[in-house]
Amino acid sequence: MKTLNNYTKGLVRENPVLVLVLGTCPTLATSTSILNAIGMGLAATIVLLFSNILISALRKVIPDKVRIPCYIVLIAGLVTAVQMLVKAYAPALNDALGIYLPLIVVNCIILGRAEMYASKHSVFESAVDALGMGSGFTLALFLMAVIREVFGNGTFCGMDIPVLHENKISILTMAPGGFFVFGLLMAMMNKWAKHKPKKKDFGCEGCPQASVCHKTACSQAETPAHGKEETA
Amino acid sequence: MTKLAIILLSAVFINNYVLAKFLGICPFLGVSKNLKSAVGMSAAVIFVMLMATAATWPIQMYLLNPHNLGYLQTIVFILVIAALVQLVEIVLKRYMPALHQSLGVYLPLITTNCAVLGVTILNIDEGYTFWEAMVNSLGSGLGFMLAMVMFSGVRSTMEGSDIPESFKGLPITLVAAAITSLSFMGFGGVIENLFS
Repeated sequence: MKTLNNYTKGLVRENPVLVLVLGTCPTLATSTSILNAIGMGLAATIVLLFSNILISALRKVIPDKVRIPCYIVLIAGLVTAVQMLVKAYAPALNDALGIYLPLIVVNCIILGRAEMYASKHSVFESAVDALGMGSGFTLALFLMAVIREVFGNGTFCGMDIPVLHENKISILTMAPGGFFVFGLLMAMMNKWAKHKPKKKDFGCEGCPQASVCHKTACSQAETPAHGKEETA
Repeated sequence: MTKLAIILLSAVFINNYVLAKFLGICPFLGVSKNLKSAVGMSAAVIFVMLMATAATWPIQMYLLNPHNLGYLQTIVFILVIAALVQLVEIVLKRYMPALHQSLGVYLPLITTNCAVLGVTILNIDEGYTFWEAMVNSLGSGLGFMLAMVMFSGVRSTMEGSDIPESFKGLPITLVAAAITSLSFMGFGGVIENLFS
């Protein structure tokens, strides 16, 4: 039961994209088509799973002072491995994702989960957490991509949809549409999640830069999306 | 010369890192609350982008490529950028305390900024020469600054307005970003025709 709860929290209540607002760049950039979104989601989930497992296993070995550089090296190595696999087995996806594939390294979800969760929990718990967060990321990407592809391009996974194909709203597949759809989804999430018990506070504590940031350059304290949420 | 000008202008206006390529969204949404921090952050980004390009381009061309180590690009670049940011911070603190006061807070935040890693990788992917890469980095940084400064203006106007409950906070900010991004689409196709 606890394990299941640990998994599902990443899907809705602590959805990394829509609630914690991490990893916005790949979400906006790769959600123009459903297949790209799923590819990106899977690639990030694999990296997240292995980085959480490795970091959790090594949490007693890595000295506290140099943990962030250690995490970055680990994550960068994993991303390189995933990048080479995608290049070899799905070259079309590699072309579509382009620069955003190597940029998984700087995806805040991965470093954030390493710092917030994997460095404090056991290997199994961290793996479940990674799967939950990864699924939440993929789900959010998928939702955005469905809206943007179906209405913006009139297709679903590349197949034409009768009426929508003739009346497409192309702006949705372009840059402004990405911001707009993301804003709408987040507003929906706010509306929907308001009546539900909030779980954990996500503040600067989980931020890798908390020690140097002094909250001067962080919107996290003010945004209602996550800053003020408290244990119910 | 014309090519450099085209690279610079298209990096600033057409391929704007924030509004067209979606790189560096986190600082764009997080630090654009007021003009002062927006300018400070963008100045730090321009600075680090130029430094990072100056360091990573030679590494790729003279170290990784001749030894067929191209696949190490991601891992080497992120380490170089992280080390560079630390180094810059230490040097600034020691020799230019005034500059450190204004940029210092933002420097560590930039290590994990995808715009910086993005620009270094894109410079290699596009096959730019060293100076073209530097100009592209400068343009990207300036574009980032332009977007940040414009958007901080938009946000300060938004502060006093009556926003629907569910849209308060980030959602309305994203919708405003969509409209700002729309205005940048107007530049499409302008730059190429400017020099022909």
